[in-house]
Amino acid sequence: MNVSRQLVKVFLVLIVISLLHPVQAKESADNITVGSKTFTESVILGEMLRHLAQQTGIEASHQPQLGGTQVLWNALINGDIDAYPEYTGTLMQEILLKENLQTEAQLKQVLASHNLRMTRPLGFNNTYAIGVKDQLAEQLKLRTISDLRKHPELVLGFGNEFMDRADGWPGLQQRYQLPHRNVRGLDHDLAYRGIESGTLHVTDLYATDAEIDYYNLRALEDDLNYFPVYNAVILYRADLEQRAPEVLAIFKRLAGRINAPTMSEMNARVKLHGEAESLVAADYLEKTLKLDINLQVETAWQRFWRHTVEHLVLVGISLSAAIIFAIPLGILAARRPRIGHVVLGVAGILQTIPSLALFVFMIPLLGIGGPPAVVALFLYSLLPIIRNTYAGLKDIPSAIIESAHALGLPPRARLRIVELPLATRAILAGIKISAVINVGTATLSALIGAGGYGQPILTGIRLDDISLILQGAVPAAALALMVQGIFELIERGLLPKGLRMQGNELRS
Amino acid sequence: MLLVYYLITSLILNTLLESPREIQHTIQMLTLSHVSKHYGETVALAATDLQVPVGETLVLIGPSGCGKSTLLRLINGLIQSDSGSISFDGTVITPANVLQVRQRMGYVIQEGGLFPHLTIYDNVTIMARYLKRDPAWIDTRVDELAELVRLHRDLMKRFPFELSGGQRQRVSLMRALMLEPELLLLDEPLGSLDPMIRYELQQELKQIFGKLGKTVIMVTHDIAEAAYFGHSIALMRDGRILQTGSFKQLAQTPAEPFVEQFITAQREPMEQLARVLR
Repeated sequence: MNVSRQLVKVFLVLIVISLLHPVQAKESADNITVGSKTFTESVILGEMLRHLAQQTGIEASHQPQLGGTQVLWNALINGDIDAYPEYTGTLMQEILLKENLQTEAQLKQVLASHNLRMTRPLGFNNTYAIGVKDQLAEQLKLRTISDLRKHPELVLGFGNEFMDRADGWPGLQQRYQLPHRNVRGLDHDLAYRGIESGTLHVTDLYATDAEIDYYNLRALEDDLNYFPVYNAVILYRADLEQRAPEVLAIFKRLAGRINAPTMSEMNARVKLHGEAESLVAADYLEKTLKLDINLQVETAWQRFWRHTVEHLVLVGISLSAAIIFAIPLGILAARRPRIGHVVLGVAGILQTIPSLALFVFMIPLLGIGGPPAVVALFLYSLLPIIRNTYAGLKDIPSAIIESAHALGLPPRARLRIVELPLATRAILAGIKISAVINVGTATLSALIGAGGYGQPILTGIRLDDISLILQGAVPAAALALMVQGIFELIERGLLPKGLRMQGNELRS
Repeated sequence: MLLVYYLITSLILNTLLESPREIQHTIQMLTLSHVSKHYGETVALAATDLQVPVGETLVLIGPSGCGKSTLLRLINGLIQSDSGSISFDGTVITPANVLQVRQRMGYVIQEGGLFPHLTIYDNVTIMARYLKRDPAWIDTRVDELAELVRLHRDLMKRFPFELSGGQRQRVSLMRALMLEPELLLLDEPLGSLDPMIRYELQQELKQIFGKLGKTVIMVTHDIAEAAYFGHSIALMRDGRILQTGSFKQLAQTPAEPFVEQFITAQREPMEQLARVLR
């Protein structure tokens, strides 16, 4: 009895601590946050922006590979980030397609109406291209995109974003009247793998991708002039001009300084030679802008520790909150059958939402970063605990409940002295399931900028680096096992002695 | 003449004065008036009147589903009646006072209903501790009761699953008696025990009831048990009390053919057995 009380106390203290822990420092007026999309070039440019902002002495952070175009655009409009690298073609043909913009001057006007601005072009046009293996092109005599029409048997694989974008596959298919049926969407960086292994024949290329040469790919000529110009620019919030004019000034120094071969080479250093984006970005700034970048490269251990802390905070807060809410809900469900139906139904529906979607649903409500991830994980952790609390209480034999009533114990005392102790095993089993699901699902938090073990997994996918993926996957699995072990210890302490010795069966 | 008048008057007066004392003797522990219970269309208990005098043992008997357990549960408020009222020691039981009333009624059920996660000691003393009774008093009381039901003091540290069925029923009785209740309710307390232990416990229970002099209401389906314990027996069928009286009254002047049937149905095998043994 004493041991279990101690354990409960320790546990409650842990819950309180984790609730007090700030989820993630929300940007204050002096901080600059930049974002980047989920491909290497964007991450390198994001790192450059971070280095540049730090040059002015302002605290700056970079939310790398935050998501696709829409996620970054919304994050910028909501003020979750202050700037990110974007392409003029993407703005005109995708985000602001409805505005039917023809010139960059028009584009600037529309951006201003969203309280956004963009810098002059950085100096390279990272347009889309359609690529095939050199060898295959030779074999099938493919020179232009129109030539693809003659080969409907080819398998096409495009980056997920390209599949859905107005200036992507749907428009391309229409313009060139392409007959291909076998078209699939996948991660842009994985598409190269598919091409190399021969499972894919045709994919979309970014003009500055390092892989074009590396994998001996040929960019087919855009003979019907389908693709617009994709000049790289820095898109930023207009209020940056008042909040941090010195940061903006230094951002603008990048304009016209990066040409296509330079960008392509930087991409190659990261993707093909495994150098850190941060380092490549710093090298460039030192050489071109003669800046002295104070590069603080995280060691592998520091990075691991940061991801561990991020992951633990996400899991700790969301799971604690889920326990605090779900047990009373489970008790309510057991006590009031009608409310119980509703509670179990709603929690069940929440569980059926694909976890990836649930995370993304949170962005419009709570922005990016820790808070939306915690809420998504919290919602995901509710059902197993509610259901097990409910079942644990319902499974208590009626003779025992009747005895407690007949003794004259008031409802609260009945719950505390008799029912909850007898449901302990079921409730803890529910918490254990929730904890393990939570630790695993929390890896998806990296998708919405909350970090954790998902970050190396995401980067590993982008860089096609298995060891990096394992750096996230193995600790996540180990953490899940550890959490399970901890709850088993708690169970040993909490479970009434009479039940522990008796085994699973509840008897009177 | 005057003397004769005086004598007669005093005699009459005496009788008149005596009679209140008579009434005090048969004070009612429990009075049910027009208590009924329905589950949808099913009548669990038709409107029933019943009185249980202080110190008496009333046995409720009848075939399964006759409403005897329903009646017992209505008495301690585990279920609510649809109509009528139940008064306990002169007070009508209401939802507001039912918890206090239950603390004055001991309740023992067939399976014992012991809490598996608590030791025997904790099971027995759960209410006393909840009500913050003096720990020294609690300990003395447990010793007293352990002696009464003939359980060794060492068993108090054990858990229910470590005890035999008979021992568990003794614990259940200890728990019911802990707060010195005025009324003891027993719902087939020996129903799940094997015949030998059942016989042994019957003897002991009878002794205990004799010692305590408490009012007891016991539910059973065994006519021999009913005859053995009951000052009076209420025979029930289909949610109705058919007849209330001593076993002798029920056997000799059955109010309905079913009363006779029920009694003989259970007596026949025993008498046949007795004949064989002779």
